[in-house]
Amino acid sequence: MEKMLTHIRPPGRFTSGWREVWQYRELFYFFTWRDIRVKYKQTTLGILWVVLQPLGMMLLFTLIIARNWQMDTGGLPYPVFVLAGLILWSLFSNAVSHAGESMIQHAGIIKKIYFPRLIIPGSAVLSALVDFFAGLMIFFALLIFYGQSLHWFSPFYFGAGLLLLLTTALGAGILLSALNVKYRDFRYTISFLLQLLFFSSQVIYPLCSIPQEWLRILLSFNPVNTSIGLFRAGLGAPSPGIQEILAGLCVTLLLLVTGLFFFRKTEAYFADIA
Amino acid sequence: MKPAIEIKNLGKQYRLHEAPPYLSLRDVLSKAPWDWAGKEKKADPYFWALQDINLRIEPGERVGLIGRNGAGKSTLLKIISRITPPTRGEAFIHGRVGSLLEVGTGFHPELSGRENIFLNGSILGLKKAEIKRQLDAIIDFSGVEKFIDSPLKHYSSGMQLRLAFAVAAHLEPEILLIDEVLAVGDMEFQKKCIGKMEEVSRKDGRTILFVSHNMSYTAGLCEKAVLLEQGMVKAAGPTATVINSYLHSLANNQPVNDARYPGSAAVRFISLKAVNAKGDVSGNFDATEIIGLEMEYEVLEKDHILWLGYNVHNNFGVNVFDTHSVQTEEYLKPHATGRYRATAWIPAHLLNTGVYFISCAVFNHLKQVIHFHEKDCLVFSVSDQFSAESARGLSPGDFPGIVRPLLKWDITKQ
Repeated sequence: MEKMLTHIRPPGRFTSGWREVWQYRELFYFFTWRDIRVKYKQTTLGILWVVLQPLGMMLLFTLIIARNWQMDTGGLPYPVFVLAGLILWSLFSNAVSHAGESMIQHAGIIKKIYFPRLIIPGSAVLSALVDFFAGLMIFFALLIFYGQSLHWFSPFYFGAGLLLLLTTALGAGILLSALNVKYRDFRYTISFLLQLLFFSSQVIYPLCSIPQEWLRILLSFNPVNTSIGLFRAGLGAPSPGIQEILAGLCVTLLLLVTGLFFFRKTEAYFADIA
Repeated sequence: MKPAIEIKNLGKQYRLHEAPPYLSLRDVLSKAPWDWAGKEKKADPYFWALQDINLRIEPGERVGLIGRNGAGKSTLLKIISRITPPTRGEAFIHGRVGSLLEVGTGFHPELSGRENIFLNGSILGLKKAEIKRQLDAIIDFSGVEKFIDSPLKHYSSGMQLRLAFAVAAHLEPEILLIDEVLAVGDMEFQKKCIGKMEEVSRKDGRTILFVSHNMSYTAGLCEKAVLLEQGMVKAAGPTATVINSYLHSLANNQPVNDARYPGSAAVRFISLKAVNAKGDVSGNFDATEIIGLEMEYEVLEKDHILWLGYNVHNNFGVNVFDTHSVQTEEYLKPHATGRYRATAWIPAHLLNTGVYFISCAVFNHLKQVIHFHEKDCLVFSVSDQFSAESARGLSPGDFPGIVRPLLKWDITKQ
């Protein structure tokens, strides 16, 4: 039997590193599994808390916004409209903030053992999905409550929206996690950036309600808008236009490539600087 | 056969930082843009943590890596474990590598002992199926069966360590890299781990690269050693020889007259060597040879009655015997000032095969003075061949016992 050969040399050419992540898929699974276990062991309220949070937000926004502003929600009842946005947004914001902090949190492990470092932000993004699925249950319950029917195309729109959102979160998370190792005070900007992004995403308002055209075009470059738009289209709201989808997709891919490139470039030295 | 580890011209450069190694965004942004172009006017100095390392470790060899703090041992291990990349040079590793730079890496206090076995095992490179297969053995080895399903935070630190070691001891890579991890934990359990590692390594021909400050562990586990000094390979070869040159390099660093030289105002320790019957200095002896322990010391004040003594320990830490200079004139008479050499002869056929650590002292127990007591300042090994002249005779394998005297036997037919 030919033995495994490892060749150690100074960092050189850029590779994406996905092949190695695949080799270490079991560790990927264990990291994700641990994040989930720990999260639900530490809070006694556990899953209840995950459910109450978007529900409370939904009630708040329904009371404040839907009562006072008239908006074109694409034919959806406002609570359904806003909860769809909220569960997607909290998935995005959890995934990005966890992934962003993840490399620093794992500094101890990084200095003591080798494995493909991409697993760390990757599993942080994946473990955020658990909260999302809990929120999704509430969302479906709300759909039944409002008698909102689904269509044959719904799963495709939901899937497309979710996939785009996760890819964006992964790209941003990878980039932020590497920046966080290199620039230690970067973490303070993450929550600010997320807040900025929240208000520029169509979570509580529809994009079409913005009167200025230039602003609408600018905001369509935010991939979170595209994902939420696609997701809501699954409920029968009008689908985002092709330009909007392309703009979001381009930004997502750009973010993923930039994140991956920067991460892979600094990764070799994480153990030295973390 | 291909070597298990082959290192060619390996070097690692670090930048000496006055500030913490990571940057802060504030610092970068607060710099004026024209400073960005001429990046780092006051460049930090670089230093080579490792330089021109060339090593070849064959499959099944157990090699100890020794040297002072900052000699580059851990850096070398980190490069071979792929935690940090080299700056130049390359290394080839044939076989699955398991690296153990810390025990219990990734342990989480909120998870149960059982869950942590899976997590830690997976971080150390075990497949889920392998962990499942070994789970009972690991739990059994750790000795914490009763608590295995309660969270780790309720474990004592000793129990956590046992669990961590139990996982580590069941790693089955072809090449195992171990760093200092045995420095913690209770002695008995440490020995159990060493024993387990040795057993596996003997049986499966596992290659081990071992870093430890404990010379007797290194000697016990490894047949070869590599001495690093200031990032370079200073010596490589049989363990006892290399450990000796390490201990000598420690001692010879200080000039004789230096006040830091071991000893009191009355007596200073100069050197301790092991010599054979011809008086030649050696690190390896045959079990059938006599071994001379030769100490040099300098007496700076007259009128002291000085007793000399040696402690002889084997590589399991057992004190095989002590010896004092009782049958000498100087035992009752004061030394004159000057330089002395004292040799004690260990008879042939007394020590069993293995590695021995010698401590030496000059003292006077009646006056309750210890002028110096240098611990483990000499190491030598004892080996043997099969021959009727040795106590082993023709029996192969391990010959047990702390000592192995060649006794006179009388057999009479009745």
